Amino acid sequence: MATKSDLPQGTLDLLILKVIALGPVHGYAIAQRLQQVSGDVVQVPQGSLYPALHRLENRGLLAADWKDTETGREAKFYRLTRKGRSALHAETASWRRLSDAVAVILRMSEAGAE
Amino acid sequence: MTWWQRVLRRGRMEELLERELRFHLDAHTADLVARGVPPEEAGRLARLALGGPEQVKERCRDARGTRWLDDLWQDVRYALRDLRRRPAFAAVALLTLALGSGATTVMFTVINGVLFAPLPFADPGSLLNVEEETKGIVDYRWGDRWAFSYPNFLDLHREIRSLRIGAYRYNGGTVSGSSADPERVDGLQISADLLPLVGVAPIAGRTFVADDDRPGAAPVAMISRGLWQRRFGASASAIGAKIVFDATPHTIVGVAPERFNLRNADVLTPIGQNTLEFMRRREMHPGIGVWARPRPGVTLAEAQAELDVVSRGLAAQYPQSNAGRGFVAEPLRPAVGNVGSTLWLLLGAVSLVLLIACVNIASLLLARAVARDRETAMRAALGAGRGRLARQHLTESAVLGLCGGALGLVLAAAAVRPFVALWPGGLPRSNRVELDWRVFAFAIAVSLACALMFGLAPVVRASARRMEQALRAGARTVTASRRLHSALVAAEIALAFVLLVSAGVLAQTLVRLWSIDPGVDARNVLTSRMAVSPALLGDPARARAAWRDVIDRAHTVPGVRAIAMVDTVPMRSGNNQVGWWTAPPEPERMKKPLALASSVTPEYLAVTGIPLRRGRFFDEHDRIGSERVVVIDEVMAQDAFGGRDPIGRRLWTDLVPEPLLVVGVVGHVRYWGVAADDGARVRDQFYYPFAQVPDAYVRRWSELMSIAVRTDVDPLTLVEPLRHALRGAAGDQVLYETRTLEQLSAATLAQQRFLLALFAAFAGLALLLACIGVYGVLAYLVGQRVPEFGVRIALGATGRDVIELVMQQSAAMIGAGILLGAGGAWAAARVLQRLVDGVRAPEPSTLAATTALLVLPALFASFLPARRASRVDAMTALRQE
Repeated sequence: MATKSDLPQGTLDLLILKVIALGPVHGYAIAQRLQQVSGDVVQVPQGSLYPALHRLENRGLLAADWKDTETGREAKFYRLTRKGRSALHAETASWRRLSDAVAVILRMSEAGAE
Repeated sequence: MTWWQRVLRRGRMEELLERELRFHLDAHTADLVARGVPPEEAGRLARLALGGPEQVKERCRDARGTRWLDDLWQDVRYALRDLRRRPAFAAVALLTLALGSGATTVMFTVINGVLFAPLPFADPGSLLNVEEETKGIVDYRWGDRWAFSYPNFLDLHREIRSLRIGAYRYNGGTVSGSSADPERVDGLQISADLLPLVGVAPIAGRTFVADDDRPGAAPVAMISRGLWQRRFGASASAIGAKIVFDATPHTIVGVAPERFNLRNADVLTPIGQNTLEFMRRREMHPGIGVWARPRPGVTLAEAQAELDVVSRGLAAQYPQSNAGRGFVAEPLRPAVGNVGSTLWLLLGAVSLVLLIACVNIASLLLARAVARDRETAMRAALGAGRGRLARQHLTESAVLGLCGGALGLVLAAAAVRPFVALWPGGLPRSNRVELDWRVFAFAIAVSLACALMFGLAPVVRASARRMEQALRAGARTVTASRRLHSALVAAEIALAFVLLVSAGVLAQTLVRLWSIDPGVDARNVLTSRMAVSPALLGDPARARAAWRDVIDRAHTVPGVRAIAMVDTVPMRSGNNQVGWWTAPPEPERMKKPLALASSVTPEYLAVTGIPLRRGRFFDEHDRIGSERVVVIDEVMAQDAFGGRDPIGRRLWTDLVPEPLLVVGVVGHVRYWGVAADDGARVRDQFYYPFAQVPDAYVRRWSELMSIAVRTDVDPLTLVEPLRHALRGAAGDQVLYETRTLEQLSAATLAQQRFLLALFAAFAGLALLLACIGVYGVLAYLVGQRVPEFGVRIALGATGRDVIELVMQQSAAMIGAGILLGAGGAWAAARVLQRLVDGVRAPEPSTLAATTALLVLPALFASFLPARRASRVDAMTALRQE
């Protein structure tokens, strides 16, 4: 049951953490925000979102409360725990290092091709 | 939510998950509708975007971290349902498992109690046993360890600072004086500090104090709880009352609790009040045991260092007795003799039975797994992971194993007491045998180990196969499992062969031993230890007269044909080993040969039926003052005098300084027991007249004497008449340890008989299980090959050909099993030879018989499926294809 996500392995968790870091939010809103922010470049399969949320909650990076939305319906709102916040920082930093490194390598190979 | 909450509130978790996804779908649908999508189309798009709700939920459950538990629960329920659906399989599997694990648990329970249970004392782990040790001098009789001499104990007690020490010495005696019958009891002389040292408080009264524990103190005694109940009705007035022990009134000061059952002592007296000569002499070692406990903060090494200092000081001060003599402390262990090896042997045997049961179940499960191939392949195709399927297999077998283990535990709880009661000669420390948490842990561990063993077979096979192949090939995948099945059958046969050969070796041993003449005519002989009136022991003349009176009175009892006194009865525990030589000068201590010496009265040959070979036996004229005479047995005649006539020759012994005149030669008696005598170190035997025992020894010899009576009637009917006739003038002479010679003779083979009975039972069970296994596997394999046989028959094979085909396959498995088992059987026979007296290497006839006993039933078990195969109807079989 491979996910159809085009996201590199592990980045979905990072993106979810980042979105939730902005404030408590429910699952549907996370899906929408990811869609909007990435400008439809990144395809986030909704089917992978909830297992990821539950996994992060299980690892203690997220906590959740049932609260009313503005439309008056009860929904499960996720928020970042302290552990989740430090995980976000660590993941962000490591992602930056990785993408910088990849960028450097890619430039090198273009230069070599000329 | 914590992990536990997630586990326990599974229903609530599911509901919340459902609501969360519901909210997502509704919100998405509403958004789409707001953008102008028609409501029905919006709902469809939203569901499409999320994916299959069940799959999402399943992955969310996976993410929850309690998934394995849900699966486990599901698998357990599945396994239980499955067992209920197949009651025949469940019954056979559970029964064999319960028997196997039950027997194993019984053995472990006994081992746990006898070998592992701590001593019933305070902080038993820190208690030490202290012995004397002669460094570099190993006595060929007793080794280099010695019981303490009393002066050495007193000096050590006074000087050592790092240890608290206490002493005890066995001292059996006669309790008399009250209205109850006189009785012989086990007694113990203890130092005043022994009970405080081990942390045992009296249940009534007090323990001894230092002032009791000295020469000349008022005689006091502590009694056991048993004696307190027996003779005093457990009354509080017993404290302060008198008890006559060995003709001396003692004031009872306290009652010892039951758990202090050292040497089963009923009467405890202060050791310091014993002023007999051997207690005063430093070179005598009258069986004094010493226990110790390090003072707080002292290590064993420090205590040992101080023991060395004290012993060196004593060696310098008393070189005559103490040169080269040290004290050595070791952790105190319960005394259980050599039962340990027998117990481990039996545990090994029952483990084999359990292994066979496991293999049997493995083959049953394997057959079922093959039958379920299509189901398994289907589930794999539907997305069940290989690990998940393996886990399900293992869960099923774990459920089976634990159910069997639980039944086994119930069986063990019921069987352990009867088993202990059957132990020949009584199992030491049997009061400590009980089901405790260790036994439970053992039973669970064994069940799970079994489950792993029989659960792995299908898993191993499953991972060796390719699923899609199974789907395509349908049910005829039998070749893949044939090899595994054959291996299982061979393993079963091999294990059963080991047990059968062991039982065969024991049976061969007993048959041989039963035919051996013990050297005495054991029928109609009664033997009994006897105490003459303790008041007479101090005076040799009166003691001799008392014994003469015993013989005269015994002759008046109707049914008594002959009576003799003897200090060491054949085949009973206890003996007297004496060094001898045939010409001066006296050889060195270590080089002297030893003989078993028995002090007897003239009618001894008439009582025991030992044949007189040459010369004469003793008569009334052999007494103090006449020439000292001796009668030797034929083994000693050969060892001492070679082929020459021993009559009239001289024999020097450690008994008395002057030489003894050999007047007769008698037959050899298998003194050490029918089985053990051949391998015994000391086989020479000689007899000397009790009437010629020097006065100085009469007291000690009188304490050791037994009577032996040849009767015209059943000897046990004479016990009461003899007891009555021999009570003596003071009414305080008692008979104890009364046995017929036949009982003693049988008891020397009790271990062999007991082991044979158990091994025969185990081997029978193993044979039955192995045959069930062979039958089951072949029936299954034949069933799978029905189409093949159909083709063969259609092509002209006769029923006979088919039977031969199947039987060949079976014979190959059985043969492989026998070959495989031969090594194990050889090892088992070696172990038995080492642990059990009288066992010899298996004879060819034994091997042939045991092989036939295994092969014939196994072949018969495979013949039934073979015959079924031969009756396959070709057309029906082919149509199945």
